[in-house]
Amino acid sequence: MASGILVFSEHDGGKIKKTAFELIAKAVSLNMGPVSAVVVGTADTSALGSYGATTVYTVSGDAFSSYTTGAYTKALAAVIAKADPAVVLGAASNLGKDLFPRLGARLGAGVITEATELSNDGGLVAHRPVYAGKALVTAKPAGLALVTVRPNSFGVPAAGSGSAEVVAVDAGVSAADAKVSILESKKSDATVADLTEADKIVSAGRSIKTAEQYDAIVRPLAASIGATPGASRAAVDAGYAPHSHQVGQTGKVVNPNLYIALGISGAIQHLAGMRTSKVIVAVNKDPDAPIFAHATYGLVDDLFDVAPLLQKEFEAL
Amino acid sequence: MKIGVLLKQVPASDSRIKINGDQTGIVTDDIKWEINPYDEFALEAGIQLVEGKIASSLVLISLGGKDAEARIKDGIARGVKAKPEAIRLDDAAFAGSDPLGEARIIAAAIQKAGIDLLLTGKQAIDDDNAQVPAMVAELLDRPQVTFVEQLDVSAESLTAHRVMGGGQVDVVKSPVQAVVTCDKGLNSPRFASLPGIMKAKRAKIAVWGAADLGLDASTVGAGAAVVSEGAYRLPADRPSGKIIEGADAAAKVKELVRLLRDEAKVL
Repeated sequence: MASGILVFSEHDGGKIKKTAFELIAKAVSLNMGPVSAVVVGTADTSALGSYGATTVYTVSGDAFSSYTTGAYTKALAAVIAKADPAVVLGAASNLGKDLFPRLGARLGAGVITEATELSNDGGLVAHRPVYAGKALVTAKPAGLALVTVRPNSFGVPAAGSGSAEVVAVDAGVSAADAKVSILESKKSDATVADLTEADKIVSAGRSIKTAEQYDAIVRPLAASIGATPGASRAAVDAGYAPHSHQVGQTGKVVNPNLYIALGISGAIQHLAGMRTSKVIVAVNKDPDAPIFAHATYGLVDDLFDVAPLLQKEFEAL
Repeated sequence: MKIGVLLKQVPASDSRIKINGDQTGIVTDDIKWEINPYDEFALEAGIQLVEGKIASSLVLISLGGKDAEARIKDGIARGVKAKPEAIRLDDAAFAGSDPLGEARIIAAAIQKAGIDLLLTGKQAIDDDNAQVPAMVAELLDRPQVTFVEQLDVSAESLTAHRVMGGGQVDVVKSPVQAVVTCDKGLNSPRFASLPGIMKAKRAKIAVWGAADLGLDASTVGAGAAVVSEGAYRLPADRPSGKIIEGADAAAKVKELVRLLRDEAKVL
């Protein structure tokens, strides 16, 4: 009988991502049986037990030096067969969103994408945003469930003193399982967190006016508090910021603790992408801008006056 | 090489969403429908591959009711120079399918249509599931490359730039018999031309059901679903915030930083 929760724990070059700790702690609180973790590739797994995992399954080998859907799917399928969990959790990163549906189709299991809340109601119930968060819906699996969870949904609690048993699993994965080859892995700005995983975001709208001003004002302000720079669709479509920076329904849906919106009016598709931010700061010259209705703190002023002052204050912290 | 493009009809991204009376979905009366914006990148890529003579033909495929035909015709109109075929997948047996059921339907259609490379959006902006393309790839035992922002296709292979997040982009080489999901930045989708729109009006859209696809109807539809949806609801309103007053920008900024540090505790 399948029971318990298995947490697919992503790592970045061997360092376990904090979303894995967040998911393990949440899994423990759901009280659905034993919590285990799975790590694919080579990583320092020592901290996983301190958040409540009792077993850590590891699958390692040359086939996992880069992420490939084929190799990872086979590895996870082998660990699921061994651990026999009722639920598998993973981060709703691009990797998680690539892997979990593939695995679901292989195992005939239900896949739930980007949940923001989980509960145990005699079985797992996931709550997830749809229409980029303009609405929410509950989803219930029949049988094994593979669930990706939006990073920062629960937060990471303090580590305890537990430790986990490490079990190496041979999934029989070879290079041929990848089906594709990774020619190159380019890492542009390794020091800046991805928008979807960022703790703080500083975004600008079209009123930033030029790409040069975006680079000269938004990026340094973001850097001064370790934030990730973002942008509205209008700013991206005008060419002021790259498309990878877009926050909104046709860009990234984000969930930071702090979201600073500079000169963003608050179009419905932008609000959909950032409304779950814990604290929203809006800076806009127009006191009637719709964003003020959603902001925790509103500052009616010119972003070009506010941004440098704010940067100075942040740097002094 | 035969290219398939999946098109899904979704509410426009500027739509205001309301929940229906029995909480089973949204109110669709006032919705303006569009082609899923990410599918537009897939469509444009498919059209360019035929125009560039790398691919021989283009097939537009949509799983949906008759009301989705306007979106398929929009796709035909944009791709008019590539002379696309169009297929709508529709059957009473498909109703209530979960993503895995939808993937079974689409995978069967890809096989029947003899598609080599399937291009899709990275996700649909209505249910935001981002599941069906990878499931189709698995069911067909083909490689997938998801979240693609750059794509080069030759007769034998394709090279795709896959966005991994955290500033990482992987350059992936795959056989062309694959599923590729398209992200913003891949290209600039064209609009339909007037002659295209006129031609699309007369275009025939084939309709394939479970029997045409040789599908066992018990593997699709609500009865086969392994995930079921409960009640839809609107998110809670955010508590109203405060406008920070001050003599000048400097005073307001000082007060803002104090509140972020002492009240919100996010610094």
